[in-house]
Amino acid sequence: MSAPVQITLSINGEPITATVAPRMMLVDFLREVAALTGTHLGCAHGVCGACTVRLDGASVRSCLMLAVQAEGTEIETIEGLADSGAEADLLDAFHRHNAVQCGYCSSGMLVSAAELLAQGGVPDRATIRDHISGNYCRCTGYQSIVDAVEEVARTRAGKAGAGA
Amino acid sequence: MKSSSFAYRRAATAEEAVALAREAGEDARFLAGGQSLLAALNFRLDEPCMLIDIGRIGALRGIRRVEGALKIGALTRHAEIAASVEIAKHLPLVAQAIHEVAHPAIRNRGTFGGSIALADAAAEMPACALALGARMHLLGPDGPRRVAADEFFLGLYETALEPGELLTHVEIPIPPAGACHGFAELARRRGDYAMAGLAMMLGPRTGAGRDWARIVFFGIADRAVRSPSAEAAIVAGAAPEECAACATDGLDVFGDMNAAESTKRHYAAVLLRRELDRISDEENRV
Ligand SMILES: Cc1cc2nc3c(=O)[nH]c(=O)nc-3n(C[C@H](O)[C@H](O)[C@H](O)COP(=O)(O)OP(=O)(O)OC[C@H]3O[C@@H](n4cnc5c(N)ncnc54)[C@H](O)[C@@H]3O)c2cc1C
Ligand code: FES
Ligand code: FES
Repeated sequence: MSAPVQITLSINGEPITATVAPRMMLVDFLREVAALTGTHLGCAHGVCGACTVRLDGASVRSCLMLAVQAEGTEIETIEGLADSGAEADLLDAFHRHNAVQCGYCSSGMLVSAAELLAQGGVPDRATIRDHISGNYCRCTGYQSIVDAVEEVARTRAGKAGAGA
Repeated sequence: MKSSSFAYRRAATAEEAVALAREAGEDARFLAGGQSLLAALNFRLDEPCMLIDIGRIGALRGIRRVEGALKIGALTRHAEIAASVEIAKHLPLVAQAIHEVAHPAIRNRGTFGGSIALADAAAEMPACALALGARMHLLGPDGPRRVAADEFFLGLYETALEPGELLTHVEIPIPPAGACHGFAELARRRGDYAMAGLAMMLGPRTGAGRDWARIVFFGIADRAVRSPSAEAAIVAGAAPEECAACATDGLDVFGDMNAAESTKRHYAAVLLRRELDRISDEENRV
């Protein structure tokens, strides 16, 4: 009954085809089939945000999505975000502000933060907290994460302003 | 935990989804955004034999203006509701409440129809649908039918949907000029389901009272519930504190891990009082 299904999708710009059991969640597909272990599994029911990845440009929980549902989509994981250099300033700000401690939350946190920053402008601290409210961090206390995101928003807005 | 195994089928149309469900029998489930269903499967709270993926049925997605109403496709995502200019303009209650539904990544996947079909007692969208007098469009093996919100929500996760019946659209009448809305909820953390919530629509003013009122509480009973006593008090023009005092009269209120029954009744009264005070303050200012 639960026959395997063949899927083709793009992960960090590279096409991948595989045959998976319908019950395999995207997070397990990423970690075990695609061997991209930067995406973490925490709670497996959508609460902690550790598994957050980008699907066709929008943040999603990879623990609440079947691999078969990702057929034909474009997935970006922390590996892609880091390698492309597109979020280099954000990663750097996380380092400098000590917004990373054990790192378990970081990949999901960065995907969420990048989504907010992509909306442009300089969000206030309450807006930043609101946007990362679904990403739990048990180490940093969030203050340094909000500092990092705020700084990147300011710097990017400054550059955009100067370029205009 | 990991989900038990199941078969997977993807439906291209609403008719195909209904046909697949009929073939598969009662142990099949429709998969919309998966933001509640897949969590339940990971917990093994449910072990269906088949998931029928309706997520790519384009005809069930989007918001359309029809005669005096907005027709929302069941697969319209929470994030699309939040970004919709039509919703912001015509259904400000929904526009306000949608921001309290979960977190951004969940709103990017979760669907309006999934929320309505699931009918969680503490969810915002069922409460709004009830306050706005929405009509649910359903499609089953015997064809389409329509059910009013007042007859749709029947109990804990229980709706008028028959097994294998699909919710295709939710039609929400645009409130008349002079009507206004109120919304408030208490939750322990940002994005959590409500410990107690209020979604309400008040008809145009008639003297001290209102033409009509639809006062809905969520998170306090087995489903979103209207308060006939509060509605009568508001229509009669009673003062906010009097309306609040009878907020949960005659309602079956349940305590849960968040709060005891008496606390929930207190919360409901406080939320109603706050919103009625806010509305009368705003009306006095203009
Ligand atoms: C961490 C977390 C926090 C959340 N917080 C909130 C919150 O505060 N408020 C809130 O309202 N929700 C919350 N949710 C739930 C979220 O809003 C879900 O998206 C929603 O309840 C269900 O929509 P879905 O599209 O994901 O449905 P699914 O999970 O795909 O389906 C849910 C159920 O409805 C059935 N179903 C779905 N669509 C249809 C249809 N068209 N016709 C017939 N049956 C159908 C399915 O078979 C299933 O039984 C939260 C979820 C998570 C993971
Ligand atoms: S593992 Fe997906 S949200 Fe926790
Ligand atoms: S750095 Fe450890 S959980 Fe966030």
